[in-house]
Amino acid sequence: MSIILNKNSKLVVHGITGSQGSFHAQQCLEYGTKIVAGMTPGKGGTTHLGVPVFNTVKEAMEKTGANASLIFVPPPFAADSILEAAYAGIDAIICITEGIPVLDMARVKKHLNALNAAGRNIVLVGPNCPGVITPEECKAGIMPGYIHKKGNVGIVSRSGTLTYEAVWQVTQQGLGQSTVVGIGGDPIQGMNFVDTIKLFNEDKETKAIIMIGEIGGSAEEDAAAYIEKNVRKPVFSFIAGKTAPKGRRMGHAGAIVEGSSGTHEAKVEALRKAGVTVIENLSEIGKIAAAGLKDAKTANPR
Amino acid sequence: MKLVEYEGKDVFVKYGIPTARRFGVVKIGESPDKIKIDSFPCVVKAQVLAGGRGKAGGVKLAGNEAEAREFAKNMLGMKMVTHQTAGQALTVEEVLVEAGTDIEREIYISVIMDRKTSRPVLIASKEGGMSIEELAKNKPELIVKIPVDLEAGLLDFQARELAFSLAIPKELFCEFTEFAKKLVKVFTDYDASLVEINPLVISKQKKLIAIDSKIITDDNACFRHKEMEALPDRESSEIEKEAKAIGINYIGLDGNIGCMVNGAGLAMATLDTIKLAGGNAANFLDVGGGAKVEQITRAFKIILKDSKVKAIMVNIFGGIMKCDDIASGIVEASRNVKISVPLVVRLEGTRVREGKEILAKSGIKIHQAESAWEAAQIAVGLAK
Repeated sequence: MSIILNKNSKLVVHGITGSQGSFHAQQCLEYGTKIVAGMTPGKGGTTHLGVPVFNTVKEAMEKTGANASLIFVPPPFAADSILEAAYAGIDAIICITEGIPVLDMARVKKHLNALNAAGRNIVLVGPNCPGVITPEECKAGIMPGYIHKKGNVGIVSRSGTLTYEAVWQVTQQGLGQSTVVGIGGDPIQGMNFVDTIKLFNEDKETKAIIMIGEIGGSAEEDAAAYIEKNVRKPVFSFIAGKTAPKGRRMGHAGAIVEGSSGTHEAKVEALRKAGVTVIENLSEIGKIAAAGLKDAKTANPR
Repeated sequence: MKLVEYEGKDVFVKYGIPTARRFGVVKIGESPDKIKIDSFPCVVKAQVLAGGRGKAGGVKLAGNEAEAREFAKNMLGMKMVTHQTAGQALTVEEVLVEAGTDIEREIYISVIMDRKTSRPVLIASKEGGMSIEELAKNKPELIVKIPVDLEAGLLDFQARELAFSLAIPKELFCEFTEFAKKLVKVFTDYDASLVEINPLVISKQKKLIAIDSKIITDDNACFRHKEMEALPDRESSEIEKEAKAIGINYIGLDGNIGCMVNGAGLAMATLDTIKLAGGNAANFLDVGGGAKVEQITRAFKIILKDSKVKAIMVNIFGGIMKCDDIASGIVEASRNVKISVPLVVRLEGTRVREGKEILAKSGIKIHQAESAWEAAQIAVGLAK
């Protein structure tokens, strides 16, 4: 088991003929990912990287049975691409694109919420993220495949290279990952920490969870509240930005809406209170998680 | 992008949102004598990107033309620190001179993107003015929050509810509801992340006037706002602008260890690691995902422009970016730039063995480290 993607996932890559889409689709194919279709409006009927290209997602689904979307479309068109996938019936959408306007994402969320309220179960990961990988089954994103290993640590992160750091350290400890989810760092995004941790918590293969957060927003605090109430698997966390300079502010609205949340101290305190092991040293993520996982196996999980 | 007060007011004027009558804007190096002022008192206001200007001497009321010019002269070039500048001093490069207002009441009103609900929210209070954050803390019941639908804008009934809760007088009621809808429209039309007026004033003459403006727009939406590209970048220092132009994210800091990292999260965590090892970083620098020799060379140049730098720590996790390419980049860069301080390099990830070999064979004095922690400890030791 795993979350979001597995060996049965059949991907349609939006923007497969672009330079980014092409390069990364190739890497995913080499990893063994089932990419069954490409989608570039106007290039339907052609073949790229040995994959048939379609004009619309709907057609790609009908002809190939695609059930997941991987999006590399440039920022001005990416929000529309997410919606095309959602309305065509795709339930797992991973959007790598960086630089989508916030208001575009707010519109996307409104549509996705409405579709899900009407009975769909769409999961959006991203935008501005490295993607999702279920090691040795499906790589949908821009992460280097070889640092991963099949296993039972679930990893969720807001940052790209910091995720790789955590993954690599876990792999070097002789452990592996059930699924690694890069949720991205945009202000309005698809899945957040809580959504992802919920899936990891329900997944039988996942025995421990690593959450890589950073300062700003309140996603880590929300995750802490959720973990405290619902999660009995060991959770480890690293929060980047302890020493980041405080930004200049303009206006008061942010402070009124978000209050004191968002600082490193507030996040660490909330997580510790929820029973999460907070790791201070970047280079010890793997070591501490491995030790904690061993303890959890010998003792009863809390 | 953050707009200064007068730029924000230019936007308001376009939407028919009432502002105080403007006499002019004086930039540093210009003479305030060029401004014709014909009503008094008038207000001279420092145009910096931070709130709290009044308490820091950046807003002055002048009773005659000579006084206004004197204030303007003194304000230009002044270094200003307010409770919103995070300890930094901002130089006043422009001042705005406009008509004074006979204030009867001050109202706070803003529109901001609420991350939690993924929609804009309009925030208002009938007790606006300088201590709004205190009010939010101590009397949160006086803050009104109205969620806004992106496509529909502020609905009529919402505008009415807002007007009633702010106790808007009858004679201004319709004008106010129209104003509130326009404010939301500015937010969506400009791809803003914040539009704030503090205070919105009801004058003794029973007029509604926005006497301040704060607008922040989304940099990602610049492609559909060509007019915004023409506005100057007031936030970045020269060195930050130079970095931005070549796709490098650089922020200058106070320490003495220069950093070069790929990825913002890892870059932030690298600063933390240096601190944990007992040192302080001189900068935050994210070379981005696809850095080539050119970028690495320029990144070294930028780091070394800061004379505080006593050691450089390179922390790269090669993903798509391959370690051997990075290593070649470092070697070539060191031929183009004289790296006069100790260099500590930690490479990990794709083709790391090849990368380390290139560094070892290059003949350049490089301290190689196995982890970020080890690299930070070496760098801190060398920078002392």
